[in-house]
Amino acid sequence: MKLSARTERQIIYTLLIIAVGLPLVFPIGWKTEVSGYTEMAYKLIEETPAGNVVLISFDYDPSTITELQPMAEALIEHAFKKNHRIVATALWPMGVQMAEKAFQEICAAYPNKVYGEDYVNLGYKVGGMVSIQAMGRNLKEVYPVDSKGTHYDELPILQNIKRLKDFAWIASLSSGVPGLKEWVMVAHDTYGIPVTGGCTAISAPGFFAYVNEQKQLTGILGGLKSASEYESLIDRKGTATSKMDAQSIAHLLILVFIAAGNLKVYLSRRRKRNA
Amino acid sequence: MLSFMQSISPMLSSFMQIFGIWLSALFTLSIFSFLYKDNPFYKFAEQVFVGLSAAYWLVYIIHSILIPNLFAKLIGDFGGNAILLIPAALGLMMLLRLHPNTQWLSRYPMAIMIGTTAAISLLRYLKSDILFQVTATMINPLGGETTGEIVGNFLLILGTVCGVFFFYYSKKQEGIYKVPSKIGIWFLMISFGATFGYTVMARVSLLIGRLEFLLRDWLKII
Repeated sequence: MKLSARTERQIIYTLLIIAVGLPLVFPIGWKTEVSGYTEMAYKLIEETPAGNVVLISFDYDPSTITELQPMAEALIEHAFKKNHRIVATALWPMGVQMAEKAFQEICAAYPNKVYGEDYVNLGYKVGGMVSIQAMGRNLKEVYPVDSKGTHYDELPILQNIKRLKDFAWIASLSSGVPGLKEWVMVAHDTYGIPVTGGCTAISAPGFFAYVNEQKQLTGILGGLKSASEYESLIDRKGTATSKMDAQSIAHLLILVFIAAGNLKVYLSRRRKRNA
Repeated sequence: MLSFMQSISPMLSSFMQIFGIWLSALFTLSIFSFLYKDNPFYKFAEQVFVGLSAAYWLVYIIHSILIPNLFAKLIGDFGGNAILLIPAALGLMMLLRLHPNTQWLSRYPMAIMIGTTAAISLLRYLKSDILFQVTATMINPLGGETTGEIVGNFLLILGTVCGVFFFYYSKKQEGIYKVPSKIGIWFLMISFGATFGYTVMARVSLLIGRLEFLLRDWLKII
């Protein structure tokens, strides 16, 4: 039976939707191995002494929420567990709402964490790399008020924070430009602050080169798999872990499709040779 | 009247939440319907998305960029922030490209933007993408603690040198010059394969996100 290219595509889409949908309804619970890159990011946060102020930048919008929000929640939870105080910023306009959502989710389990003392959401700032450079000189000039309009000097968490160098580590959750690369270029390469972060799977290979001897990046979380690895490291039953079964099944199915496609091409070439 | 409004407020909020979920599900399914074939539902969803995005960004730019960074500062302390009139004027000049007779004026802000962006980026990229990256490759390959690390170090040096050599076009790549070039191609092919794998993961993640919404928030199956 000869199928048209369109019918073949429709079959592939249908199978893929079933392969992704079924494990969401009936989870399998496959375990994932923790990669070296994820472990490096984990160690940076784990080994930072309690009480330090850290910065997490929310450089993404709802289009990449499936991959980056579990990372954001896991990083916040880990930082709260280690009693780090978190300053949230955003280089993407909707990053502000992403930060709010993540804090809301995690603070439900940590009701003793107080806004303004243990964490603060400074909000969005336009300018990308130029804004980060300005933060390196004077944070208050860039963020005179937080996202709720409270003045910088009235926020206890920022009492000893004057510039980027006062943060113990910086993490950027990034789905494009401006994002993690800009933080590496300015925060690490100019000011020497340890930078880690997470990105979508599609941009992960581009960031691996920065996890090097120079420690431009101290580990990186790339895509849903790394988010799930991080959740397992901090013993969190998060959303990334539950989605990994669907991810794994879909990858297996795509491998089958690639094999079938190659077999089809091989057979058609052989038929042409024999004809 | 006030008490009536207060009594229906929770009901209205609950209704709007459910309505929002149904609307979201409808648009998700409309976009997915393109996988079968192009159809009016897909076209409608696509055009609503384009229109909404344009309107949303316009409002967002006014509220998040222009008002706090320009108008609020000028109204609050005009004398102290008078320098902001320069970028404001440059911004207005950029809009003049909409009219054929005045579009030449937009070249000035464009030139300033390109010049400053290039200067800032040049320094940063030179440092981060060349100096730091080259330094990171200058390692003692035998300095690794495990056999895996030592092999990794050798591969890092070999891959970098051969990969860069592949893009060296000043000499025809034949004879002895062909060897590092071929090795470079292999490293590039492997990196393309890894990138493809990550791309698949990213695209499947998007599908997972949408299906999770449909199954959990809309159908309440999970």
